[in-house]
Amino acid sequence: MFAVEMRGIVKRFGDLVANDHINFELKQGEVHALLGENGAGKTTLMRILYGLYHADEGSIFVNGQQVSITSPKDAIALGIGMVSQHFTLVPPLTVAENVVLGYNPGIRLNPQQIQRRVAEAAERFGIEVKSDALVRHLSVGERQRVEILKALYRNARVLIMDEPTAVLVPQEVDILFETLLRLQREGLSVVFISHKLNEVMTICDRITVLRNGKNVGTVFKQDVSQSKLAQMMVGRETFGVTRQGERIQGEPVLRIENVSAVDNKGLPALKSVSLEVASGEILGIAGVSGNGQSELTHVLSGTMKPTSGKILVDGQDITGADPATITCAGVGRIPEDRHGGVVGELTVAENMTLETLDEYTQNGMLDRKRMLEYTNTLIEEFQIKARPTDRARTLSGGNMQKLILARTLARQPKVVLAAQPTRGLDVGATEYVRKKLLEQRERGAAVLLISEDLDEIMALSDRIAVIYEGKIVGILDAHEATPEKLGLLMTGAREVVSHA
Amino acid sequence: MLKFRIERAPSPVWMRPLLPLLAVLITFVVTSVFILLANANPLTAYYYYLTSPFTNRVSMIEILVKATPLILTGASVTIAFASGYWNIGAEGQLYAGALAAAWIGTVVGGWHPVLAILAMLLGGFLAGMVWASIPALLKVKLAVDEVVTTLLLNSVIVFIISALLNGPWRDPVSGWPQSPTIADSAVFPKLIPRSRLHLGFVVAVVMVLLIWFILSKTPLGLRMRASGLGQEAARFMGVNIQRTMLIAALLSGGIAGLAGVGEVAGIHFHLIDALSNGLGYTGIIAATLGGLNPFGAGVAAIFLGLLDTGAQSVSRSLGVPIFLGNVVQSTLLLVTLGVFMLQNYRIRRV
Repeated sequence: MFAVEMRGIVKRFGDLVANDHINFELKQGEVHALLGENGAGKTTLMRILYGLYHADEGSIFVNGQQVSITSPKDAIALGIGMVSQHFTLVPPLTVAENVVLGYNPGIRLNPQQIQRRVAEAAERFGIEVKSDALVRHLSVGERQRVEILKALYRNARVLIMDEPTAVLVPQEVDILFETLLRLQREGLSVVFISHKLNEVMTICDRITVLRNGKNVGTVFKQDVSQSKLAQMMVGRETFGVTRQGERIQGEPVLRIENVSAVDNKGLPALKSVSLEVASGEILGIAGVSGNGQSELTHVLSGTMKPTSGKILVDGQDITGADPATITCAGVGRIPEDRHGGVVGELTVAENMTLETLDEYTQNGMLDRKRMLEYTNTLIEEFQIKARPTDRARTLSGGNMQKLILARTLARQPKVVLAAQPTRGLDVGATEYVRKKLLEQRERGAAVLLISEDLDEIMALSDRIAVIYEGKIVGILDAHEATPEKLGLLMTGAREVVSHA
Repeated sequence: MLKFRIERAPSPVWMRPLLPLLAVLITFVVTSVFILLANANPLTAYYYYLTSPFTNRVSMIEILVKATPLILTGASVTIAFASGYWNIGAEGQLYAGALAAAWIGTVVGGWHPVLAILAMLLGGFLAGMVWASIPALLKVKLAVDEVVTTLLLNSVIVFIISALLNGPWRDPVSGWPQSPTIADSAVFPKLIPRSRLHLGFVVAVVMVLLIWFILSKTPLGLRMRASGLGQEAARFMGVNIQRTMLIAALLSGGIAGLAGVGEVAGIHFHLIDALSNGLGYTGIIAATLGGLNPFGAGVAAIFLGLLDTGAQSVSRSLGVPIFLGNVVQSTLLLVTLGVFMLQNYRIRRV
């Protein structure tokens, strides 16, 4: 008998089949990985189990009984808990209040009592978190533990973890794994959604691989290797786009001098950041999300003004300039949020030319014919699956990113600013984007790569700068950077003297 | 039992053109309650609303007369909304244009009519622009919300006009709170003899063509649509949002001002404080019903003109209050907004 069995699950979103007759079995007391690329259907399947989505076809059995789950309430009643990527906690409330929120019988709340109960539960499950602490004071790792406690407090016997390590630094990942393994020994069944092979091999007993909404196979950990799993995930050998050859010592093109900025709440987000990027090199910025990467991207893109400092491109001061000026100065920008880089309701051709509209104007009117011709050329060159007259919002994530790449790189910018360029893309598109960035390096552009994907940073960068709490806490040469060293820097453990 | 659920997903394309019709239908169902309360048969009432204006030549032309200012305010609101500038102030900008026209109309006595009329149009356009520039500058310089400022300034100009008409500007001949009658040379020529249809209708059609041309054929229009459809992305792509919005706001104000000129020079021949009575707000209905498409807004304006004309004959023949017409129009706006929300949802069976 399985803790959870899902049979023939089908879920469609319009024309897209997110889950295509998927069978999934979770044994009592196992950690079972749901492995697959972004968009393979992992989260969709688990959202169906948790009652957030409704399957179009298929049935679900919990402990051998067929069940109908129409809302998370049903799932919780069946002992299923889910910790999603985006936490559902109320920051100004205490841990205890968050844990009992929506699960408090009656209408009266007894603060001492719930605090005691939650503290007891934390103790019993071995989850290290202070029940009277305010959630807003907690680190990301601690918040995740509160989410787990919340599920266990509701008597979860099955815990779904959706990409739990995406937001954690390596040291916090270790703590998470210890917690999960201890809970597993006590009989908890865990579904571990991930696209990271090494994690899956570390923690899981069995692995189910999804690809394009289909179950490619369920295997025991001891029967497979990482490369075999990768092959199952992508249907071919793992991608190997990495930087080749030593960096050509070029002249610094982009100079960032003591730049500070505040976030949209007015709090300091960048603290005197200084960086230089030379032509023909990729400088990677590593860091846990929310440590100033967004603000750095915005300041360099012209969508946010720095409070002090200077930004120079080839000697031209672009500090606080608007996006149009920065584009003219030779900076090609790939925004961290694709949807913030294209207007979805406008056509592909309009999005392709909006930055340089003056070149497509004749006698005060738009030269639609030239806009279409130019767009067609780029569509071919960058292998974009779209027509120039399609609305941009109808494009898939990968094609939308290619649109932005085409628009940006076709102008042969001196500086390429790439923020989270592969976030949410499948392997094929990721490979393509990385190849294009390396091409820019070969061409002699100065590439600033801001990414939360450590593997990506290490695969592409000539030098790696680590950002922590708005400060650059270290710059390492690629060959001296290890995940451990970077991980320490990313948690702000100590400042490392730069050798680069 | 059948269970239904609402999902956030774009509705099928074939449904889009049906949405305005659906809005009209729902409006009729909702407002039939009020017509019943007025002791009339709703079906008869709607029959009169929609058909009585077509029964004779005078009222058929009257549809276009009523539609003329609505086409202009509809165009005014369309260009503003399409650019992401929520101008609720067409009403006030219309009054600003009317104020300018009423004044210019009294000083162009000896001029050639062509010059006099051009002066009226230009003056009204500029006055609408100037009045619109106050909230527009507050928006682009200080990020003050334009919905609030444009709306509140509507009352301000009505009170200014009221003060003028009851004080220094009171017509010395009649003694009524109205401005002196404008000179003959400033009166808009009639398009059809023995009717009230005046030059303003031509101006309105030209304005619809103008904003269609700007929005779909010029780089400025593409930038306007970009800032309306995705402001953050447009800003990222180097569109100067502030400048684009300012231009849209000023054009919008100018076109609304022309509606005021038409009402003074084509219909009333002097300024009264009840000159508009909501033409600016009805322009919002026209623009929304027309899906922010200039031609759509024009067609919607004519439909609203039909309802207006129909309201008079319904009132005459069935004895229901004439303001039921306003109730129908206002309900139509609310229902239209609701129906356009539907565009982004689908109803599915669980």
